[in-house]
Amino acid sequence: MDEVRNLLALYRRLIEARLRAQLQYRTSFALEISGTVLISFIDFVAILVIFANVQQLAQWTLPEVALLYAISGLAFAFTDLAIGHLDDFPGLIRDGNFDLLLIRPRGTLFQLLTADFQVRRLGKVLGALAVLAYALANLSIDWDLGRVAMLVVIVPVGVVIFASIWVTTICIAFWSVGAREASNAFTYGGQFLSQFPINVYDQWLRRFLAYIFPIAFVAYFPALFILGKPDPIGLPDWLRFASPLVAVAAAIVASAVWRFGVRHYQSAGG
Amino acid sequence: MLASLRTDLEIARRGYLRYAAYPAATAAGAFTNIIFGLMRGSVLLALFAERERIGAYDAAATIAYVWLTQGLLNVVALWGWQELALRVRTGDIATDLIRPIHPMRTALATDYGRAAYQLIFRGIPPVAVGVLAFHAVLPADPLVWLAFVASLGLAVAVSFGFRLLYNLAAFWTTDTRGTMILALVVMSVFSGFVIPIQFFPPWLAAIANATPFPAMVQTPVDIFVGVTRGPAILVALAGQLGWAAGMLLKSYWVFALGTRRLVVQGG
Amino acid sequence: MPAIELEHVGKDFVVRRAAGRFRRRTDVVHAVSDLSFSVEPGSLVGYIGPNGAGKSTTVKMLTGILVPSRGRISVAGLVPTRQRTKLAGRIGVMFGQRVQLWWDLPLIESFELLRHIYRIPSQIYERNLSAFRQLLDLDKFLRTPVRQLSLGQRIRGELTAAMLHDPEILFLDEPTIGLDVIARQRVRELLLSANRERGMTVLLTSHDLTEIERLCSRILIIDRGRLIFDGDVDTLKARYGKERVLVVDLEEPGPALQLDGARVIRVEGPRQWIAFDGERLSAAQLTAAAAAQAPLRDLTVQEPEIEDVVRRIYQERL
Repeated sequence: MDEVRNLLALYRRLIEARLRAQLQYRTSFALEISGTVLISFIDFVAILVIFANVQQLAQWTLPEVALLYAISGLAFAFTDLAIGHLDDFPGLIRDGNFDLLLIRPRGTLFQLLTADFQVRRLGKVLGALAVLAYALANLSIDWDLGRVAMLVVIVPVGVVIFASIWVTTICIAFWSVGAREASNAFTYGGQFLSQFPINVYDQWLRRFLAYIFPIAFVAYFPALFILGKPDPIGLPDWLRFASPLVAVAAAIVASAVWRFGVRHYQSAGG
Repeated sequence: MLASLRTDLEIARRGYLRYAAYPAATAAGAFTNIIFGLMRGSVLLALFAERERIGAYDAAATIAYVWLTQGLLNVVALWGWQELALRVRTGDIATDLIRPIHPMRTALATDYGRAAYQLIFRGIPPVAVGVLAFHAVLPADPLVWLAFVASLGLAVAVSFGFRLLYNLAAFWTTDTRGTMILALVVMSVFSGFVIPIQFFPPWLAAIANATPFPAMVQTPVDIFVGVTRGPAILVALAGQLGWAAGMLLKSYWVFALGTRRLVVQGG
Repeated sequence: MPAIELEHVGKDFVVRRAAGRFRRRTDVVHAVSDLSFSVEPGSLVGYIGPNGAGKSTTVKMLTGILVPSRGRISVAGLVPTRQRTKLAGRIGVMFGQRVQLWWDLPLIESFELLRHIYRIPSQIYERNLSAFRQLLDLDKFLRTPVRQLSLGQRIRGELTAAMLHDPEILFLDEPTIGLDVIARQRVRELLLSANRERGMTVLLTSHDLTEIERLCSRILIIDRGRLIFDGDVDTLKARYGKERVLVVDLEEPGPALQLDGARVIRVEGPRQWIAFDGERLSAAQLTAAAAAQAPLRDLTVQEPEIEDVVRRIYQERL
């Protein structure tokens, strides 16, 4: 317990230091936040254009897809905010600066994840919230305690899933810094995938997304529950509540892959 | 005249080689392009479950569109290019200004070298996957291929011109990241990369067509896919040429302003 | 119990080199071979060798960054790669060419962050911080962001950062590279006082022999992955550091001077390089002898370089 408190205190210190450094440039900061809000709105334009042409996409209406987009967007925005700087990790390996993390009395992954905090990416959170407001205003949801709880819980759970995917795939840098771009297919690609109902995808991809690369648990299954929608492809009902378990499993996998990567780094040399 | 052309080719060759030096990164990038192709393809095809045509696009055209745009994404550098801004920020631009060739010309030649490399190694893989696994249709008419190549060459120039503009902001401000990201998002939406402009509601399509962005992606794609045919091709190419010339001229002018400011203020 | 102990440690790297257009050849590089030595607590040890000799590789293995391919390592009684975080709390590491501090933040904030990372009790933190502030004159730039510091200031900050938590053992990898004479002296004093007052063991790598000479009582020389010398400075100088070179500029170019107990090893116009045994002949005596043969315009004395010393060690072993 003491250890946890120490970890939290350390993280808080780091965040405060980062915030202070970033807030020093007030106008630039305000511009960046408004910029990212605009960006997250423009992203939604694609969905609007799609629905200007059809009434339903794989039997989902615009507000329903907006809900998916918003949940996925919120989870990803918070992930990006907290650990988006993970994309810089391959550069650390390349420059030999990963060694500096190994000489400190803390886990390397912990140090990396808490190393930075990009306040400007808060704009994406605001954008996603706007889309969420639009979705909720245009949907007639049968709200009960369960559904509200789901909506609240799903965002942090989604963050853990996205973060686990990010960590797992960025580990490729331990073997090849050059190949690091491949991780984008899974992190940003994963986010793209989670914005749409999975019945849009072919059979094999759907199964992949439900059972192996668990992106369907970020927004799709929770949304089915919130909307009270029967699964158009008939997957079992209990999957809708599996997200927290999936998140834990994903985190375990991520942490194991990371440790494996560090081991490799320590034998193969910087 | 011929001598200077040879210099351009030499510079382009070096641009090509610079990107050829990172095969792992190129392979990883091509992999990512293919994965995104799978995803986008699925989503856009779902639209055709509801309708047979959207604008001039049918399902077959959309398949070709998806794989072609995934291949062309890097050729027209839709994902951000900061080389010039970096050189301005570090002050390296000063050495460029001393050289006998205008830095913009060097940069353009280098960019064509880059585009050539990425056309081969990041353009062909997604298109190949599209053709082999998803039955994407290639143009039958050799004239169409010719027009496509010309259009692609012009698209690179238009993209280059625009990239120069948002890089040149570095002469006036230290943090160009925000501007660049905004530029990228606008570019990707309005160039037709995310969704074909044919799908846009008419008012949005009108806005898009008033910008240089479609000339970077949609124009060559429409020629390839067969949506732009016959004499319309010439009109399209002329439009691209106009945009390219306009952007390059504007960049040239802004660059001159910027270097004057640099010289006066001392970087 | 020794502070540092290595037994038959080896480290191999697999390197892939391009051989032709498409083929790649795999080579094994033996960065370190059969390295064995031990360091008692409280020692000040210099670890030197030419570039690429394996110094950094050794330090990386001792600090838990790299796993040895063979052999046994024990630092502060712990196995570095197996008990990395525990060991990290008890050692301090500084790489002269890497920046450990937080680049965008004021120096003092780096220290504060380290306080939490190393879980330093506030008493010890305050005591050490004020000691370093005084010894290294940090107050002038304590609130400056690290990226704005000069090299000398940054090194002072990095050293403080490495020692704030009272490490038992301090590893320094080329700490004074690029520093001026005064800065180097400050660093030296700091290390000597830490060693004296707190019994801190120090392992210092460098390829500057004179620097090591002034600081360390014991010297280890590594070359091409093998330990070729382990002893004290005096032994080193006595056995291998005797040869000095007197460089004279004659008034006019002339034939090589004939001198007793010395030999001319190079002639370039009016300049002659004369090698002599520093034990048997003093520079002053040699100068007088040379001047007696031909008028001299100018002269300098060259001290042995580490590369020369290493070469001589090899020659002796052969």
